[in-house]
Amino acid sequence: MSELEYRKVSSIHGALMFLKGVEGVGLGDRVAIRDKDGRRRNGQVIRTSREVVLVQVFEGTDSLDLENTWVRFLDQPFELALSPDLLGRNFNGIGEPRDDRPPIISSLRRNVNGSPVNPAARAYPREFIQTGISTIDGLNSLVRGQKLPVFSGSGLPHNRLAAQIVRQARLPGDSSNFVIVFAAMGVSFSDARFFEHEFESSGVLRNVVMFINLANDPPMERLILPRTALTAAEYLAYELDHHVLVVITDMTNYAEALREVATEKGDVPSRKGYPGYLYSDLAEIYERAGRLRDRHGSITMIPILSMPSDDITHPIPDLSGYITEGQIVLSRELHSKSVYPPVNVPPSLSRLMKDGIGKDDTREDHPRVASQLYASYTRALEARNLASIIGSEELSERDRRYLEFADHFESSFVRQGADEERNIIETLDLAWALLSLLPPSALSRVSEEDLHKYHSWDGSS
Amino acid sequence: MGEVIEVNGPIVTIRQPGIRNGEQVKIGRMNLIGEVIHLREKDALVQVYESTESLHPGEQVEGLGHPLTVELGPGLLGQIFDGVQRPLDKIMQMSGEHISRGLEISALDRERVWHYLPDPEIVVGKRLRGGEILGTVMETESIEHRVLAPPDCSGEIIEHAPEGDYCIDEIIVRLRLDDGPIESLKMYHHWPVRQPRPYHSRASSGLPLITGQRILDTFFPMLKGGKAAVPGPFGAGKTIVQQQIARWANADIVLYVGCGERGNELVEILQTFPKLTDPYTGRSLMERTFLVANTSNMPVVAREASIYVGVTMAEYYRDQGYDVVMVADSTSRWAEALREVAGRLGQMPVEEGYPAYLASRLAAFYERAGTVNTLAGNHGSVSLIGAVSPPGGDFSEPVTSHTKEIIRTFWALSKPLADARHYPAVSWLESFTDYAERAAIWWSENVSQQWGLRRQQALSLLAEADELERIVNLVGPEALSSSQRWVLESSGLIKEAVLQQNALDPVDSYCSPEKQFQLLDLVLRYHKSGGELIGLGVPVEQLIELEFGVGLKRLKSTVTNEDLSPLEDYALKIRQCFDAMRVEYSNDSGAAS
Repeated sequence: MSELEYRKVSSIHGALMFLKGVEGVGLGDRVAIRDKDGRRRNGQVIRTSREVVLVQVFEGTDSLDLENTWVRFLDQPFELALSPDLLGRNFNGIGEPRDDRPPIISSLRRNVNGSPVNPAARAYPREFIQTGISTIDGLNSLVRGQKLPVFSGSGLPHNRLAAQIVRQARLPGDSSNFVIVFAAMGVSFSDARFFEHEFESSGVLRNVVMFINLANDPPMERLILPRTALTAAEYLAYELDHHVLVVITDMTNYAEALREVATEKGDVPSRKGYPGYLYSDLAEIYERAGRLRDRHGSITMIPILSMPSDDITHPIPDLSGYITEGQIVLSRELHSKSVYPPVNVPPSLSRLMKDGIGKDDTREDHPRVASQLYASYTRALEARNLASIIGSEELSERDRRYLEFADHFESSFVRQGADEERNIIETLDLAWALLSLLPPSALSRVSEEDLHKYHSWDGSS
Repeated sequence: MGEVIEVNGPIVTIRQPGIRNGEQVKIGRMNLIGEVIHLREKDALVQVYESTESLHPGEQVEGLGHPLTVELGPGLLGQIFDGVQRPLDKIMQMSGEHISRGLEISALDRERVWHYLPDPEIVVGKRLRGGEILGTVMETESIEHRVLAPPDCSGEIIEHAPEGDYCIDEIIVRLRLDDGPIESLKMYHHWPVRQPRPYHSRASSGLPLITGQRILDTFFPMLKGGKAAVPGPFGAGKTIVQQQIARWANADIVLYVGCGERGNELVEILQTFPKLTDPYTGRSLMERTFLVANTSNMPVVAREASIYVGVTMAEYYRDQGYDVVMVADSTSRWAEALREVAGRLGQMPVEEGYPAYLASRLAAFYERAGTVNTLAGNHGSVSLIGAVSPPGGDFSEPVTSHTKEIIRTFWALSKPLADARHYPAVSWLESFTDYAERAAIWWSENVSQQWGLRRQQALSLLAEADELERIVNLVGPEALSSSQRWVLESSGLIKEAVLQQNALDPVDSYCSPEKQFQLLDLVLRYHKSGGELIGLGVPVEQLIELEFGVGLKRLKSTVTNEDLSPLEDYALKIRQCFDAMRVEYSNDSGAAS
């Protein structure tokens, strides 16, 4: 099969190519394409029948013509060659080197699509990761094997935040570092450079594998890039026993590429023109994070996505939120008040936090303190809202306390330096310093023992 | 043998003369299993339960002659199945950590030996009717499995196995069918999933499904055999609500269907349920629980099937005379699977890409809930509770709005409540139930005659407070009268002392009906006597400064279900304090006048 080269392109349509009269081609097979100048491209079969075969061309179809395009069906899916030499390398979306070094040669090759993990084989993630960032560690704790995206917007410092997490993430009391798989889709050259520089300057470059598709690289390649990157991550985690931290940016560019192909194929659109299967497609990527019962390694995933017009109900953040185990939402308002990291606390969430914190993992008061900070901050935002209508002079004594609490919460708990690393105890102590601005009667989420132990109230209620 | 004509994602066109709609087919070298969903001239369209990657046109196809069926017999409980009823632990033994394709595994363990106790009434010579109980085996320590004759067979018993140990493949009953041939019955039978299992007649249920969750049981109760929906945007806590119901519902059997959701959530159930104790039997919760899992990364078409596979197994336990709760998380993913298949078939989309038959499919599914008189002559029920995941949290989208018209209890989750970590984030303004009056009968007989009244008072108080909050947000709290401020204070108490419930707190996770009522009663009595004091001229600030509120808010997690006396003690403390104030202020006003 793979020896045969066809010249039977019947039409070309966006990134899609239709071939007639080619028999017995498998769905998802890899396709090698050669144009009249001898330039090679890669494609994948996305629909196949006895009459027509539909091929999606990753590099786009510019300057292809119908007569002089040779197509070879390789009778195999897309695979990535795997070896420990992946570490420290830089690839494109289909796993070809971008760093002028030779391709990886290995007899171990895996289908980049993977196959679904059996839920019965999973281990429940519960090991607390300290990122040194108070809003994450204290309020939305990350655990090993979790998928926790950053919902951001254009111009917000999500890259800085991701870089800080990568630099600081560790298990308390465990010296082993994370291995990093960095997957970038449609990012600008300067963003990619920023991350490379970060990895270099923190000396982890030897523990990083990068898969990069820049904004001016072919958009279709973005459809396969996260799958390639996760295939590498699975290998590193489950066969080489590493704890892998996967940073994927920007999922919005991925979804847009998917919409582009879906529209060309004529798929029925659901919301905002995205195909109905966007949920399942995103799930195929996100669900590859996790832990397995009988394996030492783990895959922790931090996808970054920019919310179009900061709209959290847009299909991309919305569907992601239904799949991932929480989200860290960034706020333009805090950013404009120059609070870094501008984590918007109320809508942020970590679903796996409850099992990774508390007595044996962080500190016994942690779950209640987190809940209390949420409740008090939400209450304080209501007071601030009220103050903006009736003026802060008109507020009750208690509401004024809440105003003060909100300001301190943002300026001392949320805000921290891009290099500032607070351990979890420091974060919790800081939380209690803030809660001490409020009278004990306002703190019903913490226990009386907690109050006794950590709360220092000197004012009168 | 037929052959593959076209592969388009999970939809495969095949050409095989004589194949029937709904029939199962085995496709290609990889033995993928699918189901015929559409016939078009010479071709049949098949939805395939597994990934079709690498499938070629021209590969062979074989019709299996039957529709999608499930195996029903002892050994289902405690298991976790995929969307087409294959046990996931067996899959793991065969294909490791990842699910490979074309595995043929039966749902029930063929090797396992059961101690069978024949029913003394099922004797040779007697006429057996479909759906009758042949005998029993202990399926788990706490659940007796009643072995049923298939609903569609009847005849004269010519042999019945004696008490003893049998595997499910051994014949336990032979009967001469009405039209002559001999039929052998085993401890299990097959049933097509898309066909509701027959029953004798519908019965009416008056018993509430107690979930141990105050906002659900006290404010928006549902009945056994009822249908409920839990819609909510992501992060609002749907899964926790569903898991709490699965944990604490006073049902005999609980089936959790994870349809297109996260893998880790199912792992959590698998790991925590065996360690939890059923508050009704004192046994491990896993003994009455089983799961169907088609997680979001598993093939879409099996997701569509998983709901039917689940409800058919639920009906099977209903037919044994049990109260079954099936929790489906999430029906939106099931609807999306319908949409995906419809789209690939080129069916005309109506709303947001969903096909026109969405509403009727949803209604037909929920109609399988209900309390029935079974063919075996006893009572059983299936309660259906479906999570809905509306895009962007918009309840006007098709799946939520159609579901809302079908179900009778609506537990609407609210994002603002979840953002303030008010869990369960069930909105008291948007939720509704049609079962409150029927539930009131049970509550007044078993807990308190005041239940209906207290519930009404609390709901009106919450509604009134909502109005007042709107005013406060416009003009500030100073515009309110003292009694209005007291309403705000009390409604805040209801929210924090009663409605909020901490699923992770060992004391608060399950709240007995008695404790539910007493907590609410206590808060409302506090509100009422406080209101009287304000009428006497006590400043509202003074009442608030007494700080009874903080104490009330802590009672839910300090007072256990077993000993409710501290609630009465606290009530006494409040009363003594209030009485003293009443005397003081009556004297004052007496002196003034």
